[in-house]
Amino acid sequence: MISLADYLIVGAILFSLAIVGIVLNKKNLIVLLMSIELMLLAVNTNFLAFSRYLHNSSGEVFVFFVLTVAAAEAAIGLAILVVLFRNHRSINIQELNSLKG
Amino acid sequence: MMGISINTILLIILLAPLVGGLIAGLFGKKIGRVGAHWVSILLVALSLGLSVYVAKLVIGDGVSSNVNLFNWAVIGHIQFSVGIMLDRLTVFMMIVVNFVSLLVHIYSVGYMQDDDGYQRFFSYISAFTFSMLSLVMANNFLLLFFGWEAVGLVSYLLIGFWFKKESANYASLKAFIANRVGDLGFLLGIAGVLMYFGALDYTSVFSQVANFASNQPLVHLFGTTYANALTLVCILLFIGAIGKSAQIPLHIWLEGSMEGPTPISALIHAATMVTAGVFMVARLSPMFEYSQVALSMILVIGAITCFFMGLLGIVQNDIKRIIAYSTLSQLGYMMAAQGASAFSFGMFHLMTHAAFKALLFLAAGSVILGMHHQQDIRKMGGLARYMPITYVCMLIGALALAAVPPFGGFFSKDLIIEAVEHTTIPGHSLASLLLVAGAFVTALYTFRLFFVVFHGKSRSENHDHHPHESPLTVTIPLILLAIPSIFAGMLFFMPSLNNFFGSAITVLPQYDVVSSLCAKYHSPWQFLIDAFTTLPFWLSLAGIFVAWYCYVAKPELPGILANKFKWLYRLLIRKYWVDDSYDVVFGGGARLIGNVFWRIGDILIIDRCLVDGTVKIANKLGSALRRMQSGYLYHYALAMIMGLFLLLVWFYIN
Repeated sequence: MISLADYLIVGAILFSLAIVGIVLNKKNLIVLLMSIELMLLAVNTNFLAFSRYLHNSSGEVFVFFVLTVAAAEAAIGLAILVVLFRNHRSINIQELNSLKG
Repeated sequence: MMGISINTILLIILLAPLVGGLIAGLFGKKIGRVGAHWVSILLVALSLGLSVYVAKLVIGDGVSSNVNLFNWAVIGHIQFSVGIMLDRLTVFMMIVVNFVSLLVHIYSVGYMQDDDGYQRFFSYISAFTFSMLSLVMANNFLLLFFGWEAVGLVSYLLIGFWFKKESANYASLKAFIANRVGDLGFLLGIAGVLMYFGALDYTSVFSQVANFASNQPLVHLFGTTYANALTLVCILLFIGAIGKSAQIPLHIWLEGSMEGPTPISALIHAATMVTAGVFMVARLSPMFEYSQVALSMILVIGAITCFFMGLLGIVQNDIKRIIAYSTLSQLGYMMAAQGASAFSFGMFHLMTHAAFKALLFLAAGSVILGMHHQQDIRKMGGLARYMPITYVCMLIGALALAAVPPFGGFFSKDLIIEAVEHTTIPGHSLASLLLVAGAFVTALYTFRLFFVVFHGKSRSENHDHHPHESPLTVTIPLILLAIPSIFAGMLFFMPSLNNFFGSAITVLPQYDVVSSLCAKYHSPWQFLIDAFTTLPFWLSLAGIFVAWYCYVAKPELPGILANKFKWLYRLLIRKYWVDDSYDVVFGGGARLIGNVFWRIGDILIIDRCLVDGTVKIANKLGSALRRMQSGYLYHYALAMIMGLFLLLVWFYIN
């Protein structure tokens, strides 16, 4: 029998992986986007686990919303990425520091 | 004029010059030069005409008036009102002021004709006439103070009339600051009057003085020094007079005031404004009479000013400065008369002096015009041939100033000398000595000026231009002033002895030298004949003779004497080092304090700390925070996560 704690541990591991992906990744912007997606999936996992555990379907409804938003975000993120590549000829994060003060 | 009340006439007298001044000043461009001088001359003439009419009423019919025109402010039970007093003293001053002012207005038409500031000049002198009239016509200390300050302001404006000249600006500031010192005393004196008498109008103050004097409080000054309240108030008021009438030790500004145009020197710095102090002491005689210390101080300061300032006149070479020192010396005579309680003699000398000193100044102005703005008497000489009218007028003025009988100055000055001999006020023996010696000095410097300018050979370096006689607008005022210079002394001799001012001045019986002299002399002729047996008369003649000997008979003698008594000559030419020491002590001190405040207050605190400091703090903070903005996305993400982590830890601990 898989307990609630196991689900939560999987969610936490996924989330941590995503964080490490964002912080340590110094090359590719696509990996960054993927890490964000992964973060959202970790959250979804938690939602589903609690939904089952508490016998409450509102968690599942939330997952739908999150998936929708994630899809939209991925679409916009990739579109920005394409435009960025057109202008910069690169998607290397190390070169994207125009926010520097 | 039967339908118009006396107060309306007084108001017209007071305000007519102000209206003239305002029109000439504000609409000067529109009405042009001719319009400006006609407007101001006619309005001053109107003021003079009405003054004479009022004088006839006051002296002939015994009319008097004391009316408050309006309340300026009411604080508690104290009223500050603007009011006019009419009595014999007021009328006397009104005529003197308006008469000299009118002649100076006319004279200025000729003297200032080439000046760019023509309308401004007329505006100023009309405004001055208004200020001086409000000073003399006031019925309370407040309006007196207003007039006092207003004449000071106009004097400042007119000394600096040629404001492009640096020396004129310096002199006008010097005059203003020296007057400020005196005015501070004057203001404190007025505050004292308000404190002890609870009112500012003359009548209610004067009615309380006698009672107040018999049991007055002691005022603690410093340490163990105490002063009678009334003495303190009187001395403070007199400090105002020291400033305005340029007595020692605030005499320094009058010489510098010669930077102004010559008509101004005649009107303000000889005939009227500088005599305001003398007038004030006479006006406040009911107070001064009850303070022997104050009277003694006035007497001694007047006498010292009279003699020592006269000495300075001997070594000056600027024609106007010689007459300026002579003015200082004559003001000393007037002050000494006031100190000896001979108020009517002081006012008598004020009048004759106004006539002959204005005459001398205007004649000097005529000489300056004729010499194409040359003021150094060493470069003049032999002018009698070219300028006959000026020559004769100057001679009359010089004889009047040197107190040669029967000219104006003789009667008034010898009466003062005699009054000081008879008085019992402490310090009278010193004062009497100085005043008698002053007679010799006066004659010496006057006739030195006269002989050097008009006799001998011409020493002008400019041979292309010959000196020429001045236009009619210049010479007519000279002639009109020469007449009172000759006759005013004789005409006013008996009235000044016979209590002319009536109740306007108060003299206590123990100080009353005037009535003791009144018993002695019954006519001017008797006084004239008696003069041949008195010392001042012979000293005056000796002065004239010495001047003639040194500057006409043996012109090389003064140079030899100056070399022989080098220290004395230096002492006189440096003006006893008074100006220099003031410059070092007060000027230098003020500059030092100013420098300290500038360096610490301005530069260090305000500039460096407040203004630059704010900028620096923002700058430092900004560049510190700037390092945090690397621009890399993952740095921001890390910062967010660390923040989140820290918050979680925080919540967990609490």
